[in-house]
Amino acid sequence: MSSLNLTLKVWRQAGPNAAGSIETYQAKDIPTEASFLEMLDIVNERLITKGSEPIHFDHDCREGICGACSLTINGIPHGPEGGITTCQLHMRKFSNGDTIWIEPFRAKAFPVIKDLVVDRSAFDRIIESGGYISVRTGSAPDAHAILVPKEAADAAFEAAACIGCGACVAACKNASAMLFVSAKASHLNHLPQGQPEKHQRVLAMVKTMDNEGFGNCTNQYECEAVCPKEISADNIAKLNRDYALAKAHDALV
Amino acid sequence: MNVLSRTLCSFWGSSIGKKTIVALTGIVLLLFLPGHLIGNLLVFLGPDAINEYGVFLHEAGHGALVWVARIVLLTCFVVHIVATVQLTRQNRASRTPYAFDATVQASRSSRLMIWSGLTILLFVIYHLLHFTVRVANDFDGPAYQTTLEGHPAQNVYKMIIDGFSWAPATFFYIIAITCLCSHLSHGVASVFQTLGFRSRKASTAIKIFGNLYALVIWIGFLSIPIAIFVFGYGR
Repeated sequence: MSSLNLTLKVWRQAGPNAAGSIETYQAKDIPTEASFLEMLDIVNERLITKGSEPIHFDHDCREGICGACSLTINGIPHGPEGGITTCQLHMRKFSNGDTIWIEPFRAKAFPVIKDLVVDRSAFDRIIESGGYISVRTGSAPDAHAILVPKEAADAAFEAAACIGCGACVAACKNASAMLFVSAKASHLNHLPQGQPEKHQRVLAMVKTMDNEGFGNCTNQYECEAVCPKEISADNIAKLNRDYALAKAHDALV
Repeated sequence: MNVLSRTLCSFWGSSIGKKTIVALTGIVLLLFLPGHLIGNLLVFLGPDAINEYGVFLHEAGHGALVWVARIVLLTCFVVHIVATVQLTRQNRASRTPYAFDATVQASRSSRLMIWSGLTILLFVIYHLLHFTVRVANDFDGPAYQTTLEGHPAQNVYKMIIDGFSWAPATFFYIIAITCLCSHLSHGVASVFQTLGFRSRKASTAIKIFGNLYALVIWIGFLSIPIAIFVFGYGR
């Protein structure tokens, strides 16, 4: 069992309106089999023992499916590995003596609540505005009552893999939420059940996204590169197309 | 306001709508480039070829066509710039900088779009003042008049040779065309994404097409100042 001695540069911020700063911590004897969040747990236990305020960070399932954990590690949301969340990152990927910069997911639309915890409720408001379909209540319909082409089902399923963690926004040079919004919109827009509200959905979700203060996509695909679920930027192309169609429909039909 | 103008206003006011307008005006501007390039390359066929082309441009459609082209191009150019400057300002406002900044795959060209674009803007202003409005030169004077099959004509050939005989202008031209190449290498491929015609399957082909387009434009436009200034063509 080997261990690492690391230097951590961590963003500390007492509250939403407090001025934050980067603090330096020495993390000694970190086992290589620890996950990144377990490493922070160890550091926090030591801080608590010393009577200091532990480093606050978001986490929940710790198995890469809930979308709660965040952290921008050495400038890259969810760290350098790609295709995983922070909780799936392990300390064996780092070397003894490394300096690791840990910052919150940064965007004006994701205000810091405390330390590394950010408020991602802007995503919830986007979903509220159009990330749904209207169905009758009562008994579940037969699974084969509505035919769904295989390609559409696959595309919808891949888009639906988005866990809404916000890494796309954090990685974007413009803090754009296009990958998230496009994944959520194309998940439903690909399916027959999503057709009746398609135009309305696209217009409402884009409007909410703009109002929440996210930036504009400049097609650099940083989002796609850091997405733990490897959501494709094809969804963004589809959203762009669907938006133009919805606007044209709105004006002319 | 009727429904159509209200939709246009809200389209312009939305992130995707404004980007769509940037892409559409971008298409007009980038399609103009090969046309302009082919015209310029006539300089290599000698004075009569390019002077005749100059006369053709000014006389096409009884002299109206050149004005239609100017108005369309200038409108697209202004709209493209206003929209991208507004988008860039919004993007800056949306972002909170990192203490440790990293980039995974965004190209250098894509990150410099606003700067390459503004350099091209400066160049186009200079270029239009130089060759179209003809400020601070005697291009309208008798030294730049010639005859073509017995008719008086503007000596476009001499304007180009003299223009590229001056080092600062040639240097600025090379910088601006290089910025244009960088701008196109991201811009051409971006058009496909913004208008919704890009897919993961097609992305490599689109990227290669964009880079080739930029390269052809770069080599084509630079061949003229290099031939004249470096190799003394026509001097």
